[in-house]
Parts: sequence; structure tokens; C-alpha cells
Amino acid sequence: MNKTNLVALGLLSLSASLTSSAVFAGGNDDPLLTKVMLDQFEKGVDPQDPTQFSAQAWLGYDLNKLWLKTEGEYSNSDKQDLEIQALYSKPIAPYWDVQFGIKTDIKPTPNRNWAVIGVQGLAPYFFDIDAALFIGEQGRTAMRLSAEYELLITQKLILTPEVEVNLFGKDDAELGIGSGLSDVSAGLRLRYEIVREFAPYIGVDWRQKLGNTADYARNEGEETQETQFVIGFRAWF
Amino acid sequence: MKSQYMIKPMTQTTNSELNNSRRRFVFGASAMLALMSTPFPKNAFANALSQSLSQLSGKVFDLSIDYKMVNFTGKSARATVVNQLLPAPLLRWKEGETVTLRVKNNLDQDSSIHWHGIILPTEMDGVPGFSFDGIKPGETFEYQFTVQQSGTYWYHSHSGYQEQTGLFGAIVIDPATPDPVIYDRDYVIMLSDWSDEAPENIYAKLKKQADYYNYRERTVMDFFSDVNKNGLANTWNARSMWNNARMSDSDISDVTGSTYTYLMNGNPPQQGWQGLFEQGEKVRLRFINSSAMTIFDVRIPGLKMSVVASDGQNIQPVSVDEFRIGVAETYDVVIEPEVDNAYCIFAQSIDRTGFTVGNLTSDASLHALIPPMDPRPVLSHSDMGMDMSGMDMSGMDHSKMDMGAGDMSGMEHSKMNMGGGDMPSMHHSKMAMGGGDMPGMDHSKMAMGGGDMPGMDHSKMAMGDGDMSGMDHSKMAMGTAKATVSGLGLAGFGSNNEIKHIDTEFDPQVDMRADAPKSGLHDPGIGLRDHQQQFNRKVLTYGDIKGLHPTYDTRQPSREIQLHLTGNMNRYMWSVNGVKFMDAAPLEFEYGERLRITLVNDTMMTHPMHLHGMWSELETGDADFIPRKHTVLVQPGSKISYLVTADAKGQWAYHCHLLFHMPGMFRKVVVK
Repeated sequence: MNKTNLVALGLLSLSASLTSSAVFAGGNDDPLLTKVMLDQFEKGVDPQDPTQFSAQAWLGYDLNKLWLKTEGEYSNSDKQDLEIQALYSKPIAPYWDVQFGIKTDIKPTPNRNWAVIGVQGLAPYFFDIDAALFIGEQGRTAMRLSAEYELLITQKLILTPEVEVNLFGKDDAELGIGSGLSDVSAGLRLRYEIVREFAPYIGVDWRQKLGNTADYARNEGEETQETQFVIGFRAWF
Repeated sequence: MKSQYMIKPMTQTTNSELNNSRRRFVFGASAMLALMSTPFPKNAFANALSQSLSQLSGKVFDLSIDYKMVNFTGKSARATVVNQLLPAPLLRWKEGETVTLRVKNNLDQDSSIHWHGIILPTEMDGVPGFSFDGIKPGETFEYQFTVQQSGTYWYHSHSGYQEQTGLFGAIVIDPATPDPVIYDRDYVIMLSDWSDEAPENIYAKLKKQADYYNYRERTVMDFFSDVNKNGLANTWNARSMWNNARMSDSDISDVTGSTYTYLMNGNPPQQGWQGLFEQGEKVRLRFINSSAMTIFDVRIPGLKMSVVASDGQNIQPVSVDEFRIGVAETYDVVIEPEVDNAYCIFAQSIDRTGFTVGNLTSDASLHALIPPMDPRPVLSHSDMGMDMSGMDMSGMDHSKMDMGAGDMSGMEHSKMNMGGGDMPSMHHSKMAMGGGDMPGMDHSKMAMGGGDMPGMDHSKMAMGDGDMSGMDHSKMAMGTAKATVSGLGLAGFGSNNEIKHIDTEFDPQVDMRADAPKSGLHDPGIGLRDHQQQFNRKVLTYGDIKGLHPTYDTRQPSREIQLHLTGNMNRYMWSVNGVKFMDAAPLEFEYGERLRITLVNDTMMTHPMHLHGMWSELETGDADFIPRKHTVLVQPGSKISYLVTADAKGQWAYHCHLLFHMPGMFRKVVVK
């Protein structure tokens, strides 16, 4: 099944449930809701550091959601990253959703398109997990695993460690991506929830390019490791 | 002791403006209503500075539903009210009379009024989609029915979330025959929860972040303090179950004092409600929990309360210091306050995030001190219905048994009449207890004579889920050793059936299943279990409740329906047997049948379950005096049984009365 069909199937089942709402004696248990989450919006403390964001949004019902994920980074007009995923999300277990759809990498160019299948959920010990497999054109494959944990210092002061790793099936020389484990990043952010929906934070972000990807970077005269201190905010509604 | 209830002159510093305007509208409304109402002499409400309930009595009532701006928090917000009042006017009916209620809807959306706990024809029950189509904007619906009962009840909207925004009021029905309860004065105490947030938004927030209103999650500091107290290994072990289950032991209420202001008769706590009494009076307080989401624990420091009615129905009086009142439940208590003293009627929310108060005094210038809230409850493993059969119970001295949840309080070995008996093989010490529930096992009535019971070997008894509630030794024919344990179990003693989780409980919308649910009968409930030891307070349990009137229908149940209350806290989805109302087939009762419903709570929340149209006859261990209720609290990870006589044809609602659980945790009951 190609990715267009996958998305079409997702949207179809979403629209099917859109039409099935009705009014009951006890009220509608499952209203159509949207949630928009700007998980990270931050700027490095050093003037040369990029501005970075990561956001998600969903639209739908308890058991059927259209899920959007986007993240990007802007250093200057030559150095930008921007990707968007559109997914259909469906629970497979009390704490787990399976998600499938498409991902498009708009920046850097040339842009790449992928079909996505992933799982997102809450693992024991309250780890937020997002794991996805990407299948691209010309036999390209990639995998991303990320985990996040919320450590409550107080009810409103929350420390969030997170890690992410990216793997690729084959070299993509145009984009400086090598096969195998390409990069690992870790972050630690301390936020203060002024209200549940809005929290400014400070943090540190560390990234390491690995293997062939690191070789590409070295050949371009780029750093293979970056550490930056960030300030930003988190918001949702 | 006395100093705690120190009296001080009442200072009216805050909210004087609010007070005045409120008084004005109360007086204005009363004047208007006085035209059509005759005050009932027993209910001469005291002139309190705070708002008291306005009363309407008679046979014909005109009620109009409107929007109204109110201010309980310092901010103005829109409420839905009846006759411009929040709470709606107290309706005083007389048993045996036919009442007519003309309800006009001035909202821009459908509305309805459901008469909670009132036995009436299905088309008068006020549930849109079941009884009628609801009351359209601008329309008037005329309810008419004959009042067949007496006691304390209430009414509320059954449309959308209007109940949360104030559409509720009290009903007091005076009995046709002399009241068995002796009192000189009575007050209705209506407890509720108010939020300035629109209820739709509260619900949406819970769907987006289920712990949105919980500001008591465990922190790093809690962890370190536990490590200091209990050591790292113990702390880690204690935490691992919760961590594995991805659940929070502080998840007591979905919606908390972080958005709610708790009201008593429409008064926020800083203002309080006030009631007066005179020397030597017995005062009957009619407590009604008309909250959307809040279960309250009620006490009056310095006074014993004699509980005389539950859900409007008279019970054999029980003297208590404290009781829990679930959403939609009512309790009547009689107190005997001393003159020249002031008493605080203190109702704290189950999660201790807030409270509401009243001042009961013989002198309006006296004001009781408000006690501090009790420690907040923390959920335990048993609240998940986990099997405790690994627990070592050998060598336990039954006479001093302290069960925590108190599940064996009905087991009275102390009164066992042994005569010259000989029971060599009766090895209670080796009993496998499972969920540890033996509520109905009353050895006290065991007629042993000079008997001999060599074959009675309890040690080999297969307890399964640990339920022996139907094991009534008093009727055991010793000679022939007739088995009474098998089958349905006797009326009044609850279910004998094994707990079964059906397939639909294993889908993503269900996050927990209680494998060994204990009986909720003798459990005071989370946060109250240690109050006897800690504060020497007698807390009411369902096990204490026996009907005053002998059991109305003495038939044995002909069948049993086991229903599991289910949910997914994280996704904020609620259901019965894993199936939400929209996807569920109706429950069918056969007209005239006597059946048992056993509710198994597969969640960690306490659910008040309300069956419309028919009584829920709670099996509290006495077949002769089964109390009748309309709303039954089901404790977390526990089970409870009641009997129903299907004597009302039609379509009836059956649901959890927590407003944001109700849409999913709901069934239609059809009696035909």
C-alpha cells in the first residue's frame, strides 16, 4: 500500500467518525476537539545559535485523530531545517497509539518525502515515547526514536530530560546524511508552568553527529558536536 | 476540646456588597414567590446574613429556567438558574398529593428537569431522549405526577452540563403519616461545586490533559522524603507498581479546588451559610450533594449526628461523627446542639482541595471556628482491586482485627453462641482470604446448641474472590448440611458470583481491571479509613445502614447482572463493561422481576451510580431491613450489590452521577 492510500484511509475513517456525533441524554461523551502544542520554541543564548521549534497538533475524537507534527530550525537563510508530518492516529493499547501518514522535509533542499509508521505513547515509569519508521523514495529508510520524562520539582517547576536518535538506511550525500546511526541528541529543560498552558523555560541542548554523517560534516568543515544553552517557552491550547 | 470551638463575634468584613446584593435578590424573589407559596411552619428558616434557600410549597409550581450572571469568586460568570435562584427554589411537597410543575425554558438551548430519586411515570422523569424530547427554547413543559414517597430529594437539569452551572434545587416531601423522625426544626444543606469555567471547557481540558486540575502529583521532594523515611529500596518498590501502571496515587478527583469554589446553599466558604436554632431543639439537617463532580466528607465538630435517612428513605438511626456523601446522595441527620454555642458544618471535598461551611448557632453573633482540612488521601494497591491473597493472615486474632478497609466488620465472632459446642476443625486461621470480604458472615446467629461440627473445615474453603457475603450461617441446617453458598446468594447479602471481565474490557479504552475487588460495604472510603483510629471519629459506612421499614419486596433475586465500571483515566474515557453509552445495547429488565445488580469498580475513582425510576436496595447484610437508595457509591477497585424490583415500565437512565463521567458511563434500562 503506498503512502497516498494510507493517508486517504486515515482521513476517510476520521471523516466517518466526524459525521457520527449526536446529542444524548447525558451529553456527548466524545466531542470533536483540537489540541495544539508548541512543545518547544527556543533561541540559543549565543547570537549564532539557531532558533528552533517543535510543535504538534491533533484534531479528532477519543479513538480517531488526525495528528500533525512539525519541527524546524533557523540559523540563517543557508542553514534551515523544516519538516512536517501528517498522521492518522489510533489507539492500540490503553497508553499507546499507532500512527501512520506522510512526512515531508521541506528544508534543507532537495526536499525528501516519506511514508511514516510509528507508535506514540506512555511507557511504564511515565516515559513519553515516540518511535517512527520512515520509508522514502529510491529505497531510502530512516528511523527516529525519542523519549522524554517529566520530573516534578514542584507542581509547577518541571525538569524534562529527553533523548532522540536518528538512523538512516543509506547515504544521502546531497543532504550530508550517512547510513547507520546518524545523530543523537539530548536535552534538559526546566520549565515553570505559570498556567498549565504556558511555561517559559531554560535548558541545554546537546547534539552529536555520528558515523558517516559526522564524516560528511567534517568534510564540509562543520562541527560534529554542538552544545547550546537555550531559553524558550512551551504552550498549548 | 472546647477551645477549638471558641466563639468570636462575627465580623462581616468581606463580601459585604456581594452579601447585600445577594440578600436583595433573595428577598425580591421570596416576595415574588410568596404570592403562590404558603410557608410550612416546621421550616421557618432563620434570618441568616448569608443566603438561605427560598421555598415554594403547594401543589402547582411555576419554574422558569434562565441565564443569570453570578459572582462566587470575585469574577462574574454565567449560571443557569431556576426562578433567578442558585440553588433553585426548595420545593416542599406532601406525600400522596398530585403536583404540577410548569417548567419554562428561557435558555437558547434545550433544557430539562429530572426529579432525582422520585418514583414517577417514565414520561415525567425528565431525561431528554428517554422520557421526552426535552424542553425547547421558549417552551413550557408541564410535569404532573402523584407523590408516593416522603423525605429529602432534589432536582436538576438532565441536559448538557447545566447541572454544573447551577440548575439544581432541593425537594422535601412531608410524610402523609406521622414522621418517625422527631425534630423541632429542619434545614436543607445543599452542597455544590461552582466553576467560572464553562463546563464544556473543563471537559475538553480533561480530554487533552487528564491531570489538568491535579496539583498534587508526586514530586522529586516527595521521593526524597520517602527515601529518608522508608529507605530507597522500599520507596522504589512502593513506587514501582504505580510507575508500571502509569497511574497516579493522588488521582482522587478529576476536577478539584483549583477551579472549584464549593458552596453550601449557594454560599461560598468565605461567606458561609448560617442557620439558627433555639434552646433544646432537635435540628434535622437534610444534606444533599448536588455537585457536578465533588464527593464531600461532612462533620460538625463537637456534635454527634444521628443519621436517620439516606436518599430520602428512613433508616434505623446511626450515630456518627462523620459521613461521606457521594454526588446525588442525600443524608438526613438529627443533631442536638447546645444553646449559646456555635457549630461549624464542615464539608470538605474528598481530595481535600477545598471545603464549604455553615455556621449553626443559637445566637447570630456567634461564629464557630472552621477546622483545618484532614490529610489528603493517597490511593493504595487495594484501590486498584489487586489481589491481596499473598497476605499472611495466619495467627490473626479476629477479635482485634484491624483490616484497614474494614471489610470484616460484619463478622462477629465475639457474639458466637457456642453453647457446649465443639468445633475442632474450624480453622479460620488458614482461610485463604482473597479480596478479604466477608460482610454477611454473621456467626452471631449461629445456633450451635450442644452441637458438634467436626466436618466444618473452613481451612479448605475455596474463597476465590473472597466473597462470602451470602453465607448465612443462621439459616444453615446443620443436620443435613444443606449448601446455601452456591447459586445467587441470599437477598440482603450480596453476590456470590465470580468476577468476570468480558472481552470489551480489554480494549484501549480500559486501563484497569480489578481482579480481586473487595466489598465496598464496610469501607468508609479513601481518606476516611483511619479516621476512627486517628481522630476517634465514627465514620458512616454502607454496612451501618439498615432500613427503618421492613424490606418491601422479600423475594429472592431471580438473576444477577454484573456490571463493570470502566475507564481510561489518561484518555479520559468512561464506560460500563468497556462500552460507552453510545455503543451500548439497553439493559432489559422484565416487568415485575426481582434482580440483583452487582457493580464492580474497575477504576480508581469513586463512582456514584444512579438508577432512575426504581429503588436500588442496597444489600447491607440484613435481609429483613434492606435500605432503599437511588444513588450508590462504588468504592475504587471494589464491588457492591443491590436488589431492584422492576416495577416501573418504560425507559430509564442508569449512570454515574459524576457529570463528566456520565456521557460514557451510562446505560439505558428498559423495563417491559
